[in-house]
Amino acid sequence: MNDTVVSAKGISKTFGKGGVTALQDIELEVGRGEFISLIGPSGCGKSTLLRVIGDLVEPTTGEILVNGKTAHRARLDRDYGIVFQAAVLYDWRTVAKNIALPLELLGWSRARRNQRLAEMLELVELEGFEKHYPWQLSGGMQQRVSIARALSFSPALLLMDEPFGALDEMTRERMNAELLRIWAETGSTVIFVTHSIAEAVYLSTRVVVMSARPGRITTVIPIDLEQPRTFETREEPRFFELVTEVREALHAGGADDVVPEAGVLGE
Amino acid sequence: MSTIAQPARPGVERIGRRARTWAPAVVVFGLGLAAWQWLLPALGVERYLLPPLSDVLQAFWENRSELLQGGWITFKEAVGGFALGCSVAFVLALVLARWRPLGSALMPYMIAANAVPIVAFAPITNAWFGTLSPWSKVMIAALLCFFPVLVNTLRGLTSVRPESLELMRSYAAPQRVVFARVRIPNSLPFVFSALKIASVLAMIGAVVGDYFGGSTEALGVQIVSSVSLAQYETAWAAILVASLLGIAFYASVALVERWVLGWHPSIRAGVE
Repeated sequence: MNDTVVSAKGISKTFGKGGVTALQDIELEVGRGEFISLIGPSGCGKSTLLRVIGDLVEPTTGEILVNGKTAHRARLDRDYGIVFQAAVLYDWRTVAKNIALPLELLGWSRARRNQRLAEMLELVELEGFEKHYPWQLSGGMQQRVSIARALSFSPALLLMDEPFGALDEMTRERMNAELLRIWAETGSTVIFVTHSIAEAVYLSTRVVVMSARPGRITTVIPIDLEQPRTFETREEPRFFELVTEVREALHAGGADDVVPEAGVLGE
Repeated sequence: MSTIAQPARPGVERIGRRARTWAPAVVVFGLGLAAWQWLLPALGVERYLLPPLSDVLQAFWENRSELLQGGWITFKEAVGGFALGCSVAFVLALVLARWRPLGSALMPYMIAANAVPIVAFAPITNAWFGTLSPWSKVMIAALLCFFPVLVNTLRGLTSVRPESLELMRSYAAPQRVVFARVRIPNSLPFVFSALKIASVLAMIGAVVGDYFGGSTEALGVQIVSSVSLAQYETAWAAILVASLLGIAFYASVALVERWVLGWHPSIRAGVE
């Protein structure tokens, strides 16, 4: 088995008959253990690309291979862990039961589930909250539950669709740090959709810059910041150079209407 | 990183707080009863319009065995209709939610049928099932329960946020699992709202069904015959029994709701 986790070849996606071209000629290879951010203006198809990779949306043309299998096969093999912008917890399940849901569906025994649950609670630092219901948690805690659920069954690929977009700046920075710690500890491969240049640069091993109408990949920028990244990383000159590089790539791609700042971006 | 802190409140204080919350309603209840007993006769309201409370209570006491027995008969009709109508509606909602084209084909007719005044069928169901048979009343109650439960359940089963379904799709969950783990739990708040409405409608259906004839012991039949004999106190006593049974029915459904939906925000808001 080689070290390519995702291989996208000639992906395009058109919605409706002769309608909007959401994606055009997407070529992307993601290696094992990489952290890839997809960034671009609204409507550039970054969420659609994530969903095509996760076999939630059928591409119009092209082929996706995940671990050498079709995306469909990979989904049936439960190769994907998905985290959305909203935590999407099931209100009627406790934290413990939300995290263990994929394990239940996989038919794990109760003992094995409980053991993994304890590991996951520790990983996202939510010990003691297993009996709480989602409404009893803050937004950041809910999102940590969602991440624990996505990681619980050790999927080959973690797909994250603006997971911290709804959080405030402070919480977001803390969640970024936690995500990097979890990524380092689990050695997972991550594809991460974001609106924020700073977030993309801080987290990623490579930033994939997209442009809109039609959605295309314009540039791929390797991020050579030292690992592990710390709070000081954000103050390094190299960090600012890369932020500038990504911003210029976005502007070159015709994204003048968005991404004014290197910080959090509202729509 | 704190969660909701639940301050340990002494039980006495909680009871006091609750009493303060309920006090206005209790006062209004007392005033209403007092006005019924003393104000209406003072205003010259005739006995056949509304007899004083004490006379109604006396009539209840004198006829308690017939009234309670009749109440039980009518209550059984209501519960039977409720069980039948609600369960058929729930199962049909599952079928329509599972096979959406079928749902789109049938729903317009279901909604149109919902606008039909169903009690108008009461004399007809008597013809179908026999005037003396409890089944004619059960059918009216069932029909009344059917539509609100169908429409609300279907809405609950289908108003699932798309990401919840995408998540299940990413787990390669079959439809059976999607229903059991997501759609049905998601529908429960809607279902219970409908069941509470249905409990009231079932009682109405059973009593109105009685009006068009039934076993002479049934509560609705007693109301009609008391009025025709100018025994207004007895008729009001029977109405009182029907009301209390209706409230008890509604309250039992609400109690089950509270137990089943402990996780739901509306319940937690009611608790604290």
